[in-house]
Amino acid sequence: MGWRVARNGDKEMSGANEGAELRLVTPGEAIGASSGARAGTGTLIMGDKLIATRVGWAKENNGVTSVDPIHAAYMPRSGDLVIGVVESVRNNLWFADVNGPFNGLLPMSLAPWKVEFGAAREQMDIGDVMLARVQEVDEAHNIVLTMKGVGLRRLKEGIMSEISMNHISRLRGDADSTLRQLKEASDCRIIVAENGRVWVDGETDGIAFMRTVLDLVRNEGHMATFNASLEALIENRRNA
Amino acid sequence: MGGYGDVKLLREDGLRLDGRKVDEMREVEIEAGILPAADGSAWVKHGLNVAVCAVYGPMEAHPRKIQRQDRAVIDVRYNMAPFSTSDRIRPGYNRRSREISKVTAEALESVVLVERFPRSKIRVEIEILAAEAGTRCVGITAAAVALADAGIPMRDMIVGVASGKIEDTVVLDLDKAEDNYGQADLPMGILPTTGEIAFLQMDGDLSVDEYNTCMEYNLKAAREIHELMVDALKRRYVEKNGGEA
Repeated sequence: MGWRVARNGDKEMSGANEGAELRLVTPGEAIGASSGARAGTGTLIMGDKLIATRVGWAKENNGVTSVDPIHAAYMPRSGDLVIGVVESVRNNLWFADVNGPFNGLLPMSLAPWKVEFGAAREQMDIGDVMLARVQEVDEAHNIVLTMKGVGLRRLKEGIMSEISMNHISRLRGDADSTLRQLKEASDCRIIVAENGRVWVDGETDGIAFMRTVLDLVRNEGHMATFNASLEALIENRRNA
Repeated sequence: MGGYGDVKLLREDGLRLDGRKVDEMREVEIEAGILPAADGSAWVKHGLNVAVCAVYGPMEAHPRKIQRQDRAVIDVRYNMAPFSTSDRIRPGYNRRSREISKVTAEALESVVLVERFPRSKIRVEIEILAAEAGTRCVGITAAAVALADAGIPMRDMIVGVASGKIEDTVVLDLDKAEDNYGQADLPMGILPTTGEIAFLQMDGDLSVDEYNTCMEYNLKAAREIHELMVDALKRRYVEKNGGEA
């Protein structure tokens, strides 16, 4: 078939899977028997079999079999830190594009400013960027955002870029180690939000360096050679 | 589809005009993820048919009246390029493309886990670049690969295949001459893992025995095409991983 079983270290994984064997699966592929197994994300019980519902890496952890999708759209969950772009403004609320299937709603009561009815545009207008948290998501995908919280604010300067959902953990590294390295090397403030958006602010050359890093994540983020390429890039920057 | 008595579609040695055996499929090639701008995409070449499919979404369903509170809607647009056939096709929607878009959407709805995305829409654009009979089947196959590539959850893949009857003989995968001058055509959308049928149309007449033979041929072909679909999806990531997965 021309594909091989992937093992730990070849692909990015959390420490919880140490030693686990990963298998690339496609929708409908049986990944085990349904008896005794618990179906995790990306799987479905069909009769006596557990099947994958997405293209991704099948793994088993504490008796739960799940599939880590290679490509997935952002599905907001409450508590997620997101970077949103204001799409429309009403008298007392804002609608923001959060890179998901539905716009997030930020009501005046959850905004950090005291604004009079009808004056919402004075604080944030269409096209403005905000750092917010997902307050709640209901079963019909209505998303409520909040800007009440430490560090949540309107982002007035810097650059915003997008990376795919499965590359977020590559950019952050284990316990944010890669992100810390990048912050130190670029001397920039960097926020990697759960919705695949990245905000960078700092000196021009630092931002330029981060642009190169983000291009690398986009083009090589899924490769086994990614970490080595990133290390080389950081090393170059330090020596420059 | 009544048959044209004077057109010979089977050679004296029992093979078909293009040299295939009765249960032999045309050559199939599949590639996944060919369009960088789409969320998922696929390219399928089946004989001389070429289809490209792009998938976008899930996204908010617009206009609002098409939203379903409990599930996603699948919006399929099947289109033949003006240069896809020997006679130029007038560009744009027509009665035939509207019908094929509708039946394809219904076939895809049976595999996609639409209940996971209430009020949203998944857009599937199928573009036929070259046509040589059986484009709706090629379109379904391409759509399934593109949906999987886009990370849309599905309970199985779906494969489009067709069998038919020429000169009172059941044959697999009709080409253009066989489709135009044959007696019957039976395109199907098959879920390869379970063997369920999500889509079936029949043009012409088949006896029960002939129908059963068609079924048998289609199921066999569906499994073969499914292997190619899986390979296309896996090859995409394994090769990009520097061959080391």
